[in-house]
Amino acid sequence: MRALLVAALLFAATPALAQADGAAVADGRYQAVLGDCAGCHGDDLSGGIALETPFGRLVTPNITPDRDTGIGSYSAADFRDAMKTGIVQGKALYPAMPYTAYARMPDKDVDALFAYLKTVKPVRHAVKVNQLRFPYRWRFLMRIWNLIFFHPKAPDPASHSAAWIRGEYLVNGPGHCGTCHTPKNMFGADIKPILGGALLQGWFAPDLTGDAQTGLGGWLAADIVTYLGTGRSAHSIASGPMTEVITNSTAQMRPGDLGAIAAYLKDLPPAPGNTHASLRDVERMKRGSSLYQINCSACHGLDAKGQGPLVPPLTGNAVVNQADASTLVRLVLAGSQGAGTKAAPTRPAMPSLAWRLDDRQVADILTYVRANWGNQGTPVAQDFVGGIRAGLQDGQSASK
Amino acid sequence: MARMMPKKDAVIIGLGWTGAILAEQLTAAGLNVVAIERGPWRDTATDFNIGYMQDELRYAVRKDLFLHAATEAMTMRNNPGQTALPMRDYGSFLPGHGVGGAGVHWNGKTWRFQDTDFEIHSHLRHRYGARKLRGLQLQDWGVTWKEIEHCFDAFEYVAGISGKAGNINGVIQEGGNPFESPRSREFPNPPLKTGYPPMLFEQVTREMGYHPFPEPSANCSRPYVNPLGVAMGECTYCGFCERFGCANYSKASAQTTILPVLMARPNFEARTECEVLKVNLSEDGKMARSVTYIDAKGTECEQPGDMVLICAYGLMNVRMMLLSGIGTQYDPLTGKGTVGRNYCYQTSCGARIMLEGKRLNPFIASGAMGRTIHDFQGDVFDHSHLDFVGGAGISCDSTNGRPILYRPLPEGAPRWGAGWKQAAVEGYQNSMGIGSQGSSYPVKENYLDLDPTYTDRHGRPLLRITFEFPDNDIAMSNYMADQLETIAKAFNPKSYAVSRTRKDWNSVPYQSTHNTGGAIMGENPRTSAVNKYLQSWDVPNVFVIGASAFAHNAGMNPTGTVGALAYWAAEAITTKYIKRPGALVHA
Repeated sequence: MRALLVAALLFAATPALAQADGAAVADGRYQAVLGDCAGCHGDDLSGGIALETPFGRLVTPNITPDRDTGIGSYSAADFRDAMKTGIVQGKALYPAMPYTAYARMPDKDVDALFAYLKTVKPVRHAVKVNQLRFPYRWRFLMRIWNLIFFHPKAPDPASHSAAWIRGEYLVNGPGHCGTCHTPKNMFGADIKPILGGALLQGWFAPDLTGDAQTGLGGWLAADIVTYLGTGRSAHSIASGPMTEVITNSTAQMRPGDLGAIAAYLKDLPPAPGNTHASLRDVERMKRGSSLYQINCSACHGLDAKGQGPLVPPLTGNAVVNQADASTLVRLVLAGSQGAGTKAAPTRPAMPSLAWRLDDRQVADILTYVRANWGNQGTPVAQDFVGGIRAGLQDGQSASK
Repeated sequence: MARMMPKKDAVIIGLGWTGAILAEQLTAAGLNVVAIERGPWRDTATDFNIGYMQDELRYAVRKDLFLHAATEAMTMRNNPGQTALPMRDYGSFLPGHGVGGAGVHWNGKTWRFQDTDFEIHSHLRHRYGARKLRGLQLQDWGVTWKEIEHCFDAFEYVAGISGKAGNINGVIQEGGNPFESPRSREFPNPPLKTGYPPMLFEQVTREMGYHPFPEPSANCSRPYVNPLGVAMGECTYCGFCERFGCANYSKASAQTTILPVLMARPNFEARTECEVLKVNLSEDGKMARSVTYIDAKGTECEQPGDMVLICAYGLMNVRMMLLSGIGTQYDPLTGKGTVGRNYCYQTSCGARIMLEGKRLNPFIASGAMGRTIHDFQGDVFDHSHLDFVGGAGISCDSTNGRPILYRPLPEGAPRWGAGWKQAAVEGYQNSMGIGSQGSSYPVKENYLDLDPTYTDRHGRPLLRITFEFPDNDIAMSNYMADQLETIAKAFNPKSYAVSRTRKDWNSVPYQSTHNTGGAIMGENPRTSAVNKYLQSWDVPNVFVIGASAFAHNAGMNPTGTVGALAYWAAEAITTKYIKRPGALVHA
């Protein structure tokens, strides 16, 4: 039994670290956390996860050190090229791989990450990456795209605190927050407002700027640290793809780095044009209020204040006020489960209500919620709900 | 040939309350643990959906979450002279099924047995003399209140119990139960709000000189984060507790208190829809080697382990021991053998009080938001001049006002037509119940064994229950019914009716799921199946955890004591057994 206990103690260390030979690997593992590699490449990093882009489907490649199907044949220089230029072994990557952000990473960190990736268990898993539509499947087009859109540069550090500088780097560098939260143009390149909120794969990644309604204007820096570290704060509980970002990445970041991210985000000026006055249609508000009482208030409360760590408030919660209500509609129709972290292991869930509320009812409830308790969101149209419901049903039948 | 699985440090049979507690404690101590559960995986998010959980037809009438007799039935008879017949449908009691077990659909009343319960034989003999106990097979549990109090505390804090302490370290607390045994600190959460009927009960009993107090409840009175970091929500008083999973994360269960942490541990694995057939012993029968189970695909598998923890429902724990040859079958004629000994139940009676012109609003309800008096509990009151020992908690609950099954009618009301409708309307708002939940003391003729005739779908003998309410308990219950009658009269009701416990236990109408004993703990291997740490006397790497270990049943719901015993056994395993595997008590 004693031997078992020893084995159990060893088990506490991750297998990769158990074989580690030096600080570079440990540092590289942390770089993998900062860059959330597992978010797209999977827990074992062997890829195969489909990303639905406006240009077709991309499937994430295998980045384990398997020689034939992974990156076992890469040199450190190849890896650096992939991470920072988007060109590897003469082949152009698609910017779904956020090399546009990773370009900000110092070579030392990229090399450490490569050293770490060399230590993970090789998985034989061949992936057909490029399933994009014509003409996007022509990789060479990306070289032109790079010429036009890819100009990585760090801001002038003068007049900023050390925390702000680190935070700006983490958010726009390895953290690649803008990949989801920054709106894109028709070519998939970032446009302003940076981190102003964007629709991606059916979820609206919220505004992270200082807007009091739609952004983080009402959050304290400490709320941001708690949210990223645990998956919840007094204002919100992570949903959708963010739950994985929390568990794979931010919940494992060092407290100082979370503080730096908060310092930077709290300094972003409100993105213009995100807040709209709610239009109060009295009849819809009445219907919405009654439906809210029946379907929502048991958990979220008649005052919409939620329940501590378990149920998010619907007042002062930026997700409620986003210009685009896609995420809200999805949450009501499909439900959502919070991230499970060491500090907050519960993973409370919002149940799916698609079977019990029709499109008009969902629209009325959300219109009511978005215009009540000080919220300032635009009305939600019945057709808009119908479109998302159809999309969810397609997704279900496609996955069967 | 059974498919051989990689060996684990501990194999747990059943992932309900006790299985989850043991798995959490053992994995925290670094052991590799697998829990094998017969029923399905169940989780709040997916299985107790707020949108359809309050479906009385599905869950209360059709009993969707319960064990069904087709999976495992039991046979019953009232005495050894009868031939037992199988229950075709569970009625008198309703065992759980699936992850969380009966802890998913309980009401949430979370009592601590009293200090005198653990030393019941010594205590009663000392107070009344041995003659008083004649005919009863009462015995001490082998553990004392002082030893186990911290385990009650551990369970109550993990489960977020709401209540008011009545005795903290010997100091009586205003508003709590003055008869409870000393606890080391206050409950983690304040009492729930209560409904109108329990408020009336509190008023009436207080005026009578009794000591009403809020029931300790596993329905959480406020948002709570337990010591494992798991969050619970505030009870909404929806009245769908017993027979239902809680959709609000408010009722403590393995799901709402332990599993989120346990499932994330890399040294834990849960295998659901896998039915354990038996525990396999070494050739000399002195060690458990493995368990054999049938997985969801019907494949027979063998799971070896250094320890086997039998954590199923109490009755099934006993059956598993008998099917596996762990310990010796108890024989009521000779008193020899220990497995199956001291099976006990619960001895209850009730009164229905019909008031006039009230709006009792019974739909405002929760599993355990009532008021109780313990003036007649255990040995709180003097039994010198009474013809029985034992006692009961007397309670008034608002547990449900649900539309299908809650239909109280005044005495003599028409059974159909317009008159019935009128009476149903009046009864719903004017009728309230009070109940006595009484102790069940062991006698030599009440026991468990394997049925000689009937088998389950795998060809294994069913468990046979031989049970009749003992004379002692009938006398106790009649005394309690008299108390109920006195209390009922004090309401100045329009009418009231008292229902008494009768002989000839019948397995059809629902009575109580508080089956206890059969694998009882104790000081002596000749009279108990497991020692004070719930370790088998005969096969020391087997622990048998649950209400099966109760040496008798008190006049209280068992779950609080089951939880405490689980922490007690876990502590013995993690602090004693894994350092020196082997018998922890040498008799």
